[in-house]
Amino acid sequence: MSTATNSQALPPVKRRNAELAMTLAAIGATMFALIEIGLTRNGEMPPQLFLYGGVFGGLAILSHVFIRFFAPWSDPLLLPLATLLNGLGIAMLWRLDQGGIDRAGPMSQLILTAVSMAVFAGIIFFLKEPRTLQRYPYMIGLGAVILLLMPLIPGIGMTVNGARQWVNLGFTTLQPSEFAKIALVIFLSGYMVSKRDVLSLASKQVKVGRFKILDLPRMRDMAPMAAMWGFCIIVLVILMNDLGTSLLLFGTFLAMIYVATHRSSWIVIGLTAFFGACLALYPFVSHFKVRMVTWLDAFAPEVYCTDDVINNQPDAWCNILGNGNSQQLVRGIFALAEGGVTGRGFGGGDVGYIIEVQNDFIFAAFAEELGLTGIMVMLLALVLMVERGMRIALASKELFIKMFASGISFLIGFQTFVVIGGVTRVIPMTGATIPFVAKGGSALLSSWIMLALLMRMSNNARKPAPQAIQDEGATQVIQR
Amino acid sequence: MNTPIRRLAFFCMALFGVLLLNVTWIQAFQAESLREHPFNARQYAEVLNLPRGPIVIGGDEVAMSEPVGGDSEAYQREYTAGGLYAHAVGTFPIRGDGVEKSENSLLDGTDERLAVRNFMDTITGAEHQGASVEMTIDPAAQQAAMDGLEALGKNGAAVALDPSTGAILALYSNPTFDPNPVSDVANPNDAQAAWTELTEDERKPLLNRALKERYPPGSTFKVVTAAAALENGASPDSTMDAPASINLGAPLPNAWGGPCNGGEPDSLAHSIEQSCNTSMANWALELGDAKMTEQAEKFGFNQGGLETPVPALESLYPNPSGDRNLLGRSGIGQGNVEATPLQMAMVASGIANKGDIMQPYMVESVKDSDLSTIEGHSPETYATAVSGQTADQLKDMMVLVTEGPDASGSQGAIPGMQVAGKTGTAETGSGPTHNWFISFAPADDPQVAVAVVVEHGGMSGGTAAAPIAKGIMEAVIDE
Repeated sequence: MSTATNSQALPPVKRRNAELAMTLAAIGATMFALIEIGLTRNGEMPPQLFLYGGVFGGLAILSHVFIRFFAPWSDPLLLPLATLLNGLGIAMLWRLDQGGIDRAGPMSQLILTAVSMAVFAGIIFFLKEPRTLQRYPYMIGLGAVILLLMPLIPGIGMTVNGARQWVNLGFTTLQPSEFAKIALVIFLSGYMVSKRDVLSLASKQVKVGRFKILDLPRMRDMAPMAAMWGFCIIVLVILMNDLGTSLLLFGTFLAMIYVATHRSSWIVIGLTAFFGACLALYPFVSHFKVRMVTWLDAFAPEVYCTDDVINNQPDAWCNILGNGNSQQLVRGIFALAEGGVTGRGFGGGDVGYIIEVQNDFIFAAFAEELGLTGIMVMLLALVLMVERGMRIALASKELFIKMFASGISFLIGFQTFVVIGGVTRVIPMTGATIPFVAKGGSALLSSWIMLALLMRMSNNARKPAPQAIQDEGATQVIQR
Repeated sequence: MNTPIRRLAFFCMALFGVLLLNVTWIQAFQAESLREHPFNARQYAEVLNLPRGPIVIGGDEVAMSEPVGGDSEAYQREYTAGGLYAHAVGTFPIRGDGVEKSENSLLDGTDERLAVRNFMDTITGAEHQGASVEMTIDPAAQQAAMDGLEALGKNGAAVALDPSTGAILALYSNPTFDPNPVSDVANPNDAQAAWTELTEDERKPLLNRALKERYPPGSTFKVVTAAAALENGASPDSTMDAPASINLGAPLPNAWGGPCNGGEPDSLAHSIEQSCNTSMANWALELGDAKMTEQAEKFGFNQGGLETPVPALESLYPNPSGDRNLLGRSGIGQGNVEATPLQMAMVASGIANKGDIMQPYMVESVKDSDLSTIEGHSPETYATAVSGQTADQLKDMMVLVTEGPDASGSQGAIPGMQVAGKTGTAETGSGPTHNWFISFAPADDPQVAVAVVVEHGGMSGGTAAAPIAKGIMEAVIDE
């Protein structure tokens, strides 16, 4: 196996004290954010400082202590980064709540953080060997499909903001796609490890002159690609109007098949099929067009929907039922501009101008109040998390774990790109949540689950191999 | 398997690189222009919180800002003179043209010329204050214009200029509107409703007819035709055939149906005094396309819009290009000739000022809150329309219009002084005639030049417009 061992790249030290120091710094940043908001908005130290800062800080330190005992060799950077992002998210939601945005719900976010951290600890404790997940790829794959289809079940399925991606369980609402994506990564890791030789087979080379451009796979090996494509396009896009999840899952699929086979032809085929389908469906699926128009022509009066257009142009694009308008996107961009390089200070902005600011557009609120400087910190924290995850994949020995860690890491990175790229008009808005930051229980919980998986895998990768017992002669106990 | 993982890691970094570049582009480079984007509601909310400088006319603050009070940090603009200056001053929050718009950055204190003082204010902790704008308008003349047009009950406009400087002494458009309801900051919905009601009003009270409406100038344009004749060798005594009617393809009769000089050829001076159509059309035909167009353009036609600084439309004298009918009719201000009231006031003021038209302006000075002048106005020549000699000859002819034996505009005469004037009754093609009067006084030492138009007055220039012009001139001279 060419990827035999790489563990020497990481020094066999635990660095738990470094983790503690950085976690304390992240808690400090959260506390400082809360204080600044209180002073800016109300001119006083926030009375809830110990409720929010204290409880949150305590939870983070508890997580750290837990790791010290149960995953001492895990990557020391991941928990502080997650703490920073989660803490800033709670601080921003509290700030929005102070600013009169009732749906911000900072307290429920704090409670959900506690629940998420508990699940995080549970996974680290019970899942000693993530490779055991490799045993049941098809069951987990079936689970992913069921989770994804749950919102279509009449009675419990819910449509929010046009996308059918929620289920109502009576006592709580869930966004099952948040968990399905993790299950999908597990399934794909297991499936592709066992099928990678077949998937790597080439039947035909495409050449231009003397230069080899692509190795095309055999037609009969196209089945998984076709299934994934069909599912993403038909179920997610057409039936559920969930472009964000569709893009996320298909992107992750392509990344993982590339990692498994090292064949760029899969990416070319996948992208061609996906965007070809989008292009072919464009005239028939109305919400495609809506998203493209609001993205490309966001600043056109008939798309933004100025008062003049509403009152005087009944035939204008945005006045046609179901088209919506680009006001949320454009106001988010205005918030970014308002923040400039240094921002208006935590609590000092007018984030009420942004529609539904507590969801995807919480990024715009950060951009306004913390400025370019603060946004760079947030993006760097996220990219560090992704790259540390990739490092885990490199350091692991087992193919399944390599696939799994790189898949989870890519998922975090790509999800960030899809949501922030949508808010800042790099790509069309599709609706997704920034990991750890945005409001929403399902999203937060799935973020912490992904973190737990990464930490468990890094612990196992960095743990020094057990010393061979030389004293007892040539005999060794091999346990499986 | 490590190579693809490394590539994937690079790809993720590239994704974040794109995000970082994009937010840097938006927040560092585009931020300035996005903050001023017309859709960006923040800027409008912010300017409401700026203490805006007053607009001063005749020593009185006709627009000033007062704190709204209560929880609000906003200021409410108050217009103490109601609708009197509405078209010249405009409204704040800005909805249409006016000084409120053209001098906005000085009034709200964001102009670069105020940057040094704003910086000093920041250091000393003094409150920011916008600059005050002093306008050239003469309250008495403006009031006379409003009274005259309102009493008549017709749509119309009046413009008065100081011929020697170009200062706009009166600028009134009837009907006017009260800027206070549409500027209500505390109740923006009420303000919007009031504005919508005004935009839907059939009489178009929001239209500034003095600057933004073009009318056929009718016989007032004969002054321009006469100027072209005099500049090209004719004298006031030069004669031209003046029958009861001439045929330009379609008949062109005189207003009263008879000939101008008992059927004999009529002198240029008497043609102006009596407002003879046939002789003036013949003059235009004799002068030809080129000379007529050249003279009209010297007076300001076809020269683009003006910034007073409130923008005015361009007045038009399309070259007849060999069309005899159009050329003849253009000589009496019909055909395709179209002029704003400001343009016709400029014609009168150019003749009054020995042929030089001064650049019209309505902002006399802009003063900082400590009363130091930031921006003053020094009069400048807009164009030289005719020679001094021609101007004198035209003046004498125009005096006959108000006091000659066949005077067509005796209603514009003022006892005790000579008034130079010219009437105009323009066919409109639809509805009753437009009635014009342009004039200046005193003729020997002009202090004011006026143009008045009554839209679809259906009377004559002498009966409808001349009395209003007289009132405006008296208001200026009496001071």
